[in-house]
Parts: sequence; C-alpha cells; structure tokens
Amino acid sequence: MDHSCGLLNGQRDRGMEDFARQGLPSRKQERYKYAHVAEDFAPDYGLNLRRLIFKVDPYRAYRCSVPNMGTNLYYMINDIFYTSPFATPELPEGVFVGSLRTFALQHEELLADYYAKLARTEVDAITALNTAYAQDGLLVYVPAGVRVKPTLQVVNMVRGDVDILTHRRTLVIVGDEAEANLLFCDHTVDNGTFLTTNVSEVYVGKNSRVNWYALEETSASNRLYDNLYVSQEEGSHVEFATITLRNGTSRHRSDFILKGKGSDARIMGAVVAADEECVDHNLLVVHEGEACKSNVLYKYVLDGRSVGAFAGKVMVKPSGQHADSQETNANLCVSPTAHMYTQPMLEIYADDVKCNHGSTVGQLDQTALFYMAQRGISPEESRLLLQHAFVNEVIQQIQLVPLRERLSQMIEQRFRYGNNGCGNCSLCK
Amino acid sequence: MLEIHNLHASVEGKEILRGIDLTIGDGEVHALMGPNGSGKSTLCNVLVGNPAYVVTEGSVSFNGKDLLALPPEDRSHEGLFMSFQAPIEIPGVSMVNFMRAAINAKRKYEGLEPISGGDFLKLMKEKREIVELDASLTRRSVNEGFSGGEKKRNEIFQMAMLEPKLAILDETDSGLDVDALRIVVDGFNKIRKEDTSAIVITHYQRMLDYLRPDTVHVLMDGQIVETGDAELGYRIEREGFDFLR
Ligand SMILES: Nc1ncnc2c1ncn2[C@@H]1O[C@H](COP(=O)(O)OP(=O)(O)O)[C@@H](O)[C@H]1O
Ligand SMILES: [Mg+2]
Repeated sequence: MDHSCGLLNGQRDRGMEDFARQGLPSRKQERYKYAHVAEDFAPDYGLNLRRLIFKVDPYRAYRCSVPNMGTNLYYMINDIFYTSPFATPELPEGVFVGSLRTFALQHEELLADYYAKLARTEVDAITALNTAYAQDGLLVYVPAGVRVKPTLQVVNMVRGDVDILTHRRTLVIVGDEAEANLLFCDHTVDNGTFLTTNVSEVYVGKNSRVNWYALEETSASNRLYDNLYVSQEEGSHVEFATITLRNGTSRHRSDFILKGKGSDARIMGAVVAADEECVDHNLLVVHEGEACKSNVLYKYVLDGRSVGAFAGKVMVKPSGQHADSQETNANLCVSPTAHMYTQPMLEIYADDVKCNHGSTVGQLDQTALFYMAQRGISPEESRLLLQHAFVNEVIQQIQLVPLRERLSQMIEQRFRYGNNGCGNCSLCK
Repeated sequence: MLEIHNLHASVEGKEILRGIDLTIGDGEVHALMGPNGSGKSTLCNVLVGNPAYVVTEGSVSFNGKDLLALPPEDRSHEGLFMSFQAPIEIPGVSMVNFMRAAINAKRKYEGLEPISGGDFLKLMKEKREIVELDASLTRRSVNEGFSGGEKKRNEIFQMAMLEPKLAILDETDSGLDVDALRIVVDGFNKIRKEDTSAIVITHYQRMLDYLRPDTVHVLMDGQIVETGDAELGYRIEREGFDFLR
C-alpha cells in the first residue's frame, strides 16, 4: 500500500495469511465467546485506502468532555493523526507523539523490534486483520530516562459520510526509567455505522511508569474491537483504566505481561451501559517475572437491555513465584432485562503465590433505597446515588486527581441524563 | 397529628398487626412498649411506607392527609421521620451528598429552590453541633464503619436536618451509654418545637425519665393491650409484661 510505510507494509502479508487461516473469530473461541463478530463485520463498510483527509478541524469543531486538565491534546480522525495548524505542544527532547507512519518513514530501525511483536497475528484474527490493513496510527515514543509529566490526551474521533471500517494502530514505547501518562477519549462524530479495530502495543521499560486511561463515549451504531498488549520490564508500574460511558458494541482484549521482576499493574474497568449497549472485556494478566503484583477491579452497571461480559484470567507461570494478585469483578444489573456474564479465572503454575479472585452480580439494594426514600429522596435520585457510588469505587482509585474528579462528575451526568445528553461536550447540545 | 384506625398489616404473608387504633395529638409524646416480636417496629415501618410491609386493612390519617396513599418520600416531606432501630450502611454515598439530596427533595416539595452550597454547609455544621456529631463522620459514607452509637446519633442528626413534625424513635436508646443517650435526648429536645410529636419505642426507664411521655401504650401480638400514663412504663420496667397477659 502506497499510502503507508515499510514498517507496516512489512507485516501485512503475515497478517493477511493469519487472518485467512483463522477467519473471523467464532464464539467457540475462548477469547471471543461473548462477541458477535460475524454480525458486527456484516455491513458493507468503506475503507479509506486513499487516505482522504476529512475536512474538519477538530480543534475548532469539537471539544472533548475532559477539558481543562492541562493536557497536551492530540486528535486522531479515524486512523489519521491530525496535525494541528497551531503550535504543537512542547515535549521533552527525544519524545515523539504523532503519526506512526511519519516516524517510521524516517526511523524504521527504532520501531522494528516493537511493531507487531507483542500483538501476535497467529493467535488473534482481529489483530491479524488489523495488521493486514493498518496504514497509520499513533506513535508515542519516550526514550530512556525521560519522564513526560503532562498527560498526553488523544481524542480518537470516528467519522465518515458512509459506513466506515477503520483499522487503527497504536504503538507506545517507553524506555527504561521513563514515564508517560496517556488519556484516550473515543468519540464518534457522525451517526453512521462504524467499525473500528484498534490494536495497541505498549512497551514499558525497566523502572518506568505508564498510566493509561481510556474513555469511550461513542454512539449506538459504533463497533469497537480493541486489542491491547502491554509488556512490563523489571520494576515497572502500570495503572490502566478503561471507562465506557456510551457506546454501541465494544469488545476489548487486554493482555498484560508482567515480564520483569517486581513489576506491578493496577488494572481497572468501569462500565455504564443501558439500552442495547454491549461491553465485553476479555482480560489476561500473565505473571512471568518473580514477585509481580496485579490488582484487577472491573465494575459494571447495566440498565435497559444492555449486555456486559467480563472474562479475566490471571496466569502465574512457573517463573512467577511470589505473585500477588487480586482480581474482582462486581456488577449491578439495575433492570431485569440487562445481562451480565462473568468469569474470573486463575491459572497457577507456581507454588508460592497469593492470588484471589471473585465476582458478584447483584441488584440495587432495596433496603438502601427505602432508607433514602424515608429521608425524602426520590426513587430516581436514590438509584442515581447508589449506581454512582458503585462505579465510583473504581474511579476513586485513579491516581490522576483532576481526571478522577472529572470522571466522577461525568459518570454522575451519565446517570442523570442517560444516553441522550451529557455535560459540556458540544456534540450533544 | 396522627390517627390510626383498625390497622392490619402483614409481612411475607404473615399477619403481624391485628387491628391497631392510636391517636396522637400535636406536641404529644407517646411511648410504645411491648415484648420483642410484638410488632412495634412493624407499626413504625408501616407508617413510613416500607414496601416490605403490606397493609391489609385500616386507615391512617396524618394532619388530615391519607398517609397510606402517599409514597414514602412524600410521607417524609409531610413531616414523618423514623430513626431506625438498625440504620443501614450505604457504602460510597457520602453523608454530604445524601443529606443534600434529602434537603433539596424536601425544598422541591415545598416549591423552594435548591439550597446554596454555603447555606447547606452552615446548616450541616449547626445541626451537627446539636447532637455533637463529629465532623469526620459527616465526611464519610452514610453510616459506613460507624459504631452502633454513632449510627443512632447520626439518625438524630438527620432528624435535626429535616425538622419533622412526627418523629418515630425505634429503640434509639438501645446500645447507647448514659452520656450518649443524654446527648441524643437533649438533641431531640432542642430540635423539638412545641407541636412536634413523637412515638418512642423503648425498653428502658431512662428514656421515660428523659422524655416524659404523655401516654404509654403496650403492644402484644399486634394489638394494643393497655394504654396509660408514664407510671405504666415504670411498672413494666419493674415487673415485665406478665401482668398484662
Ligand atoms: N422484614 C421482615 N421480614 C420478615 N418478618 C418480619 C419482618 N419484620 C418483622 N417481621 C416479623 O414480624 C414480627 C414482629 O416484628 P417486629 O415488628 O420487628 O417486632 P418488635 O419491633 O416489636 O420487636 C416478628 O415475628 C418478626 O419476625
Ligand atoms: Mg423492633
């Protein structure tokens, strides 16, 4: 493909072959058992192969609802990095945030050991498909020893005048003793049917820290297949949170490999779903290094006819002695027609470990609702307070304080105004 | 204030209240005594509209309104408050948000604008001081991790915030030591206006001493079997309920 680059083109054939061999994943596959891949891929989507640039200036047309956090703001429209006509935010020496393709055309050698290495095409058909077709995406490159303090906020906008299929790629390389804070906000602009595959590879160097927050506020006809692969070196820290406030169908595969000794990952998910929304998280945490720590907490509030799925496996390899892992999935079905499938799993091949896992599915606490009613609080407000409190437990663990507070407010607004309106994002006036 | 006629109610299909008649005038304090399981808490829960309790017969009028026709939140707005025997914990819902929601719901019912942030905090502080509730408790989630005594004190704090016309105290004295009980009762007496009425469920003389009820009722097996003045309460404290059987 002429509009891409050698780095991406070099993996294309392999992706194509692996995809052809596997076909679209069926529900018989463990990691896709709650997804309806064939249905989601059925519409006749357009592919933007010729790299037409949409005539939109996101900096003017659109204000994300997580504003004023002093972040460095970037936009991706479908899979194209949008270059601001204004000054791009200043970054420390050697740090790159921008088009994967642009960087790869100049410094392919810096990326060759990373691109399409964690994201193995032979075991995941969606990753194979993405690798076969991805032409561009986002690269965040932080060399060793550099700590990028401001949050890098990337607004992913999906738009198109026709139904569109986008294959987006994200590559994040954080060297040793380095740091990056990333916030992804996923939005849809038009109301077409969109299907996006997003494959992210994240390399976290020795003693480094990566905080990764992803917020989805899309629309009912949006379909997202999001595969994330994280690899952590010795002594590294990752804080990861995925928050779904509005969407259509979203299926996330998230793999965390705790490779290096003493690395730790705090992995969080908050899902607020209603109507016909579907949110499926398929998580794998592998303790490969010695004395690694993982803490997984996912909470869902499901209303309407929404469907939630959580399958999370923590695997401790024989090399992962002294693993310390806690995995919790707690869910509230607030309507009788909402459904939750939950399956936390442990697979342990080491003998000296401390691992716990558990899940619950419950309804709103009637006693609490009555207590609040006795104090005069309306049923609607009481429900809101209880649901907000339930999800907020996840949000309160986020280290980035301004984001934590903003998210807490956004979740409240989501409960207060449902799927039809939101706080201050200019999309839904 | 309150008129109960021939009230029957059941829980899980089992009849608990079997024909209660009770009238409480403005400003009166009535004590309700009776053995465990006689239906005292059931009566209170029926009055405040707990959906777990089903009224099968009878009527209740509250300041001229058909109480049983109102949803629980409107009964609260009309001035009914219950201090629960076992207040529940609501993890994650802060006392501040909880109280603000309650105050604003009441104001809305009265056709008033929501309270301003500043006025609300002032009100919280003022009422907190009446019941000597530690500020750190109002920064926590509702009742979460509160001791038994703190929960009871928190009930009276909420009562102070909402200024009810009829307060129902269901064994608010149980689990309180003498000092805590005095604070709670003093608090209650400070909050009370001339026409504030109360139903007080208690097993103890101390509470009768502090509150000096106008009337004492004895409930057994879902019926009021005896009504008298405070002296009836003291006799029960001395002799138990046997003389009424
Ligand atoms: N929520 C409930 N569910 C089932 N049974 C109840 C419930 N509340 C009360 N009861 C039953 O009703 C009877 C009266 O209880 P209660 O009103 O709590 O008595 P008291 O307050 O006088 O001790 C008891 O037999 C009790 O078991
Ligand atoms: Mg009782």
